[in-house]
Amino acid sequence: MNSTSTHFVPPRRVNIYEPLHQFGMWGETFKSNIGNGNINTPSHIIIPNNQKLDNNLSEDTSHGTPLIFDQETSTSRHPDKIKRRLAQNREAAKKKNNVLISFQFAYVQQLETSRLKLIQLEQELDRARQQGFYVGNGIDTSTTTSLSFSENMNPGLYQEQGSIDKNQNLNVKIKTGIAAFEMEYGQWIEEQNKQICELRTVLQGHVGDVELRLLVEIAMKHYFDLFRMKSAAAKEDVFFVMSGMWRTSAERFFLWIGGFRPSDLIKVLLPHFDVMTDQQILDVCNLRQSCQQAEDALSQGMEKLQHTLADCVAGGRLGEGNYIPQVNSAMERAEASVSFVNQADHLRHETLQQMHRILTTRQAARGLLALGEYFQRLRALSSSWATRHREPT
Amino acid sequence: MDKVVRMSSEKGVVIVSKSSCCLSYAVQVLFQDLGVHPVHEIDKDPDCREIEKALMRLGCSTPVPAIFVGGKLVGSTNEVMSMHLSGSLVPLVKPFQANLC
Repeated sequence: MNSTSTHFVPPRRVNIYEPLHQFGMWGETFKSNIGNGNINTPSHIIIPNNQKLDNNLSEDTSHGTPLIFDQETSTSRHPDKIKRRLAQNREAAKKKNNVLISFQFAYVQQLETSRLKLIQLEQELDRARQQGFYVGNGIDTSTTTSLSFSENMNPGLYQEQGSIDKNQNLNVKIKTGIAAFEMEYGQWIEEQNKQICELRTVLQGHVGDVELRLLVEIAMKHYFDLFRMKSAAAKEDVFFVMSGMWRTSAERFFLWIGGFRPSDLIKVLLPHFDVMTDQQILDVCNLRQSCQQAEDALSQGMEKLQHTLADCVAGGRLGEGNYIPQVNSAMERAEASVSFVNQADHLRHETLQQMHRILTTRQAARGLLALGEYFQRLRALSSSWATRHREPT
Repeated sequence: MDKVVRMSSEKGVVIVSKSSCCLSYAVQVLFQDLGVHPVHEIDKDPDCREIEKALMRLGCSTPVPAIFVGGKLVGSTNEVMSMHLSGSLVPLVKPFQANLC
């Protein structure tokens, strides 16, 4: 009968390898392969040799100590049977041992990967900071900044990258997608305000057509930039764009498929063109009509989309909780919404273009100023309204 | 491809669409407003996939809706909307305005 000396070998750093310590709590025995260095362990793990956890776990049966996982042997009276049983147990233990060792190994590898990931994230964080991106820290410290507010309103706004270990309290959220769009939009508004100021100043004074044309081109391009931004954002989260969450409350009141109504645009601009030729009047009338027709068509298409999406979600049997039976169909509808946002923006784009074509440079400049001021006033109304609400009654 | 050619020259104005496509529906509504009512839904057609591929080859960014006027491909929603706002759509479909499906 062999008495192989088996030792449980707990790693020295118990705090990280807590589960390994728990392995030892099982009534299993371990061979000293680890101690012999048969397994290639990472260098920073030091596993001491020859530490016996408990005499009870020793397989040394020369003292007649029964094995914990096989009570039968203690009651058997045949030494051969005992021998065979022990051999079987040893084999089983070997297999389990190997499983456990590979378990340990996998766990250790996982920790290594996490460690490397953490280093990588820290590097990315530094790089992002240098590039001027906003980086928020910690989800537990919920400060009432606008960003954390929008996180509450829109879960999934921020893509969490590498929340490694909650105990270590390192949750780095780097802005992606929608959050980046919000930031970009903030900058767009700032630029918009500057342009409006400049237009106002220039129109009050005397300025040549060339300079005016340049300002008009810049203002038009600014709107087109917004449509591009929205298109990208719609791909990320179409519901976000559709609901106009990125706009102020009064603007949202007039929302039509994620933005302003093209026909509203004409309505806002028209009073500010003092003198118009007959041809211009005719052209604007035609534009207004075709714009209205296009709007109606898109509105009806949108309605149909909403109905079919609602049907998808509402279908199925009662009592199935949040299970969507036609989830693929529903997702397809959501996808189709993206093309509607794009079409609506295309309509806005075209309306602006046509107005630009019909009007003279000076008229176009006045029109763009009027449009810009209109939205400024809506934004001002939103904050006035919000402030009014907070007054104590 | 032949099917596409056949479909597009059936009537003066043809909108190749799918019953599930709401954007196609929007284009239909627009044309109805202009007094034109032809639609050709391909999702029930056994050669649906082939037709879609042929349309893409003709230059459509999305297979449906595809609008043909007088046998010629006008384009998809984008093109139709642009044309309408610029005022060139109505004259184009005028000869077919009495057209009933």
